[in-house]
Amino acid sequence: MAKIDVRGMSCPQPVLMTKNAIASNPSTIEVIVDNNTAKNNVSRFLKNAGYDLSVEELDEDYLISAKK
Amino acid sequence: MEEKKGIIFTGAIVGIIAVLLVKFGNPVNMGFCIACFLRDIAGGLGLHRAAVVQYLRPEIMGLVLGAFIIALSKKEFQVRGGSSPFIRFTLGVTVMIGALMFLGCPLRMVLRLGGGDLNAILGIAGFVVGIGLGIFFLNKGFSLRRSYKLPKSEGFVFPIVNVLLIALLVSAPAFIFFSEKGPGKMHAPIFIALAAGLIVGALAQRTRLCMVGGIRDFILFKDTYLLSGFIAIFVFSLIGNVLLGYFNIGFEGQPVAHADGLWNFLGMVLCGWASVLLGGCPMRQLILAGEGNTDSVITVMGMIVGAAICHNFGLASSPKGPTSNGQIAVIICFIIVALVGYFNSEMVISESKVKGDVKVG
Repeated sequence: MAKIDVRGMSCPQPVLMTKNAIASNPSTIEVIVDNNTAKNNVSRFLKNAGYDLSVEELDEDYLISAKK
Repeated sequence: MEEKKGIIFTGAIVGIIAVLLVKFGNPVNMGFCIACFLRDIAGGLGLHRAAVVQYLRPEIMGLVLGAFIIALSKKEFQVRGGSSPFIRFTLGVTVMIGALMFLGCPLRMVLRLGGGDLNAILGIAGFVVGIGLGIFFLNKGFSLRRSYKLPKSEGFVFPIVNVLLIALLVSAPAFIFFSEKGPGKMHAPIFIALAAGLIVGALAQRTRLCMVGGIRDFILFKDTYLLSGFIAIFVFSLIGNVLLGYFNIGFEGQPVAHADGLWNFLGMVLCGWASVLLGGCPMRQLILAGEGNTDSVITVMGMIVGAAICHNFGLASSPKGPTSNGQIAVIICFIIVALVGYFNSEMVISESKVKGDVKVG
């Protein structure tokens, strides 16, 4: 289980940090993002990497949970 | 393909609107150019005195306000800032120096190619190399650090400034400069240009259209989403230029352009490199600024000051070619951008590992 916090990072770092986090091929990963652009970019990246996603809306953030 | 429909549609609209703006009065191949238009605004405000490039371009205000309105209505207006503001300002200056060496931002680079200006091919080659340099630093852990939530009022200031600019344009007081000849004199009617900006701003906000992002994401992640928009702009501006008779293929005598291949190339290397470090192209910075990102506002301010520097110190190219001052400035900017890249990457800092690092458990 990998967990990363990419809030406040500018493009493309949310996706780059996610890419680094899945380098070890974890079966599940959680990414917390704080804007719609990062949510969409990270989600698209994880889908392309073969993960199934669910996105939960927190107060002002989104929690993307992904598993293989 | 399904998810790309929106961005391809946006690219198509941008390409068509850019050609129509030429039809309505903008300079050829300059229907939409962020660098040129920010330079004209800098001139209009008297920050530089190059008499041929002074006008308050309403396309820019439209872009910001279009993004602002749609972000507010979609609850995506988020006020943030504090991510290395002065470095962003400095990179904004360098982006402008690179763009005015080439004579256009990445958007105009594509529009120039769509108009048959083959000098843009060297620009695109440079742009790709610059993006590659930026990616090298990203892969070395480059970061301008996190931004933070700020009070809502902070994010409203820039949209209000843009409303004031429209008021100044419409009322045309004596202290605003308006070119009487040259590219600054050539412009579409205010309300057409403003409407064009609003439409493009809203669409770009929804789809996150970004010229730098297109090539960057393709190289980094093999992701073609943003690249699809980039290609659609080219295809539809090409079709529009052919249909309206503006298409003129060649290197020499292209509108508001020069044919010095090396410096067209190097100008866009600089523009692409600095833009990757900033996280987006000049147009994307305006959209983010409208969405409440005050780091992007600072970047836009850097670009405006950069335009003033270019014209006050004779750095900007003209159809006659680059200036030696401009060539020196581009070289200095390469050094600045390299230093920014080096000192903000994990080659030097390890602090960025503290927050946001992978936790395995």
